[in-house]
Amino acid sequence: MDWNFLSETFLKLIGAIPLTLELGALAMVLGTMLATCLALMRLSGIRPLDGLARLYIFVFRGTPLLVQIFLIYYGLGQFPAIRHSFLWSFLREPYWCAILALTLNTGAYVAEIIRGGLMAVPNGQIEAARACGMSPLLMFRRIVMPLAIRQALPAYGNEVIAIVKATSLASIITLMEVTGVAATVIAETYRTVEVFVVAGAIYLAINFLLTRLIMLAEYWLTPYLRQPPAPLLVSAKGEA
Amino acid sequence: MNAAQDASVALRVDNLRKSFGSFEVLKGVSLAAREGEVISILGSSGSGKSTLLRCINLLEVPDSGAVTVAGETIRMEQARGANRPADRHQVERIRAELGMVFQGFNLWSHMTILENVIEAPVHVQKRPRKECIAEAEALLEKVGIADKRNHYPSHLSGGQQQRAAIARALAMRPKVMLFDEPTSALDPELVGEVLRVMRSLADEGRTMLVVTHEMGFARDVSNRVIFLHQGRIEEDGAPQEVFSNSKSERFRQFISRDAAA
Repeated sequence: MDWNFLSETFLKLIGAIPLTLELGALAMVLGTMLATCLALMRLSGIRPLDGLARLYIFVFRGTPLLVQIFLIYYGLGQFPAIRHSFLWSFLREPYWCAILALTLNTGAYVAEIIRGGLMAVPNGQIEAARACGMSPLLMFRRIVMPLAIRQALPAYGNEVIAIVKATSLASIITLMEVTGVAATVIAETYRTVEVFVVAGAIYLAINFLLTRLIMLAEYWLTPYLRQPPAPLLVSAKGEA
Repeated sequence: MNAAQDASVALRVDNLRKSFGSFEVLKGVSLAAREGEVISILGSSGSGKSTLLRCINLLEVPDSGAVTVAGETIRMEQARGANRPADRHQVERIRAELGMVFQGFNLWSHMTILENVIEAPVHVQKRPRKECIAEAEALLEKVGIADKRNHYPSHLSGGQQQRAAIARALAMRPKVMLFDEPTSALDPELVGEVLRVMRSLADEGRTMLVVTHEMGFARDVSNRVIFLHQGRIEEDGAPQEVFSNSKSERFRQFISRDAAA
């Protein structure tokens, strides 16, 4: 093992972590907003909206992310209408193409996660909210959304991890995030295994922290799944 | 009965009809509850008693008929061949005047008991939070679970959950309380604690509509019994009258079956 080389590589790759995190975070935030719209469209009960969302989810879950990235990066520029619009100042940048592709892709997955969370809200609790005079908006804010988030969190955590890993595909369109820098180092040194081992370890570390954060959020949000507080020593002893 | 007639009507239902598909559950039900009256609604399953209660606060939308709470009639309109409330805000306001207690408790699982009780007063009625908390604590004291106020519903027994649900309904200061089979989901040994709370509410002079299978409650606590059969009111009277000499053959059968079981 050439520890010297490993630590050198590590230092080079560390500089690329901010871009990886930025791609992942932006895609997740924008994707979740898109997904919320899609999930509400799916549940709206309005046929055309539901159909449109279904089609969208079908296409973006059914095709590889790499293909989507290529189509956006190479494909959109073929249309003069896009090249001459204000969008072009964004879409000619590989950075925004990667963000767009990751957002559109994760939006499709998260939409189904959110829809599942919303559908899992117990009907009785919704009826209780209606029965005490809550408006639909208040009910959504105070009852439906908090319960849906708790339901959806584990699956959402999976998607966060998946998207962090998917940012590595952005290296294909010249972005110098962790995998991009790794590929450059390999081109210079031909030491594929060591470099990718370091890159892999970096992704592992990021995702380790993310899973901890998601577990922590779950812990905070679901005190009712834990043991009740024991106010009296006597009763605690009695139950044991 | 005569003394009660002078009191004003808290809740009136006129000719309520409701079908699910081709099955007509309510075939024109009318009743008026005077202030302070405790009405038990009896009937075998499928008789429409729960549907009647759910039509009163529009959890189910009746096909026709009118509901009037404290003199205010819920405005309905016809849209695309279906009956529906004309003004959502009016429905929400009237629902806040009707405290509903469900068979399955339906406490909000992500909130503590205290949070459950103050939720609607704070967010629907927009009353000051401090005042709501003080009132909620008094209500939890009254139903006997003040020590559970920081627990979550999943940490409580069924009887405790139902008493919390009653406190939640009372916190809205409702004009009428609606109970939809409040003890049917409870273990037998937990039924008593819920019935005791309901009895204390009746003693306070609260207007209550109670869909129930508890004959003891109907006989001893309520001052009026309504028997629903196949979507119609088959019997309606003071408990001592209807339980001892009902004109309705079906009702006599119904209570004798219950006594046998």
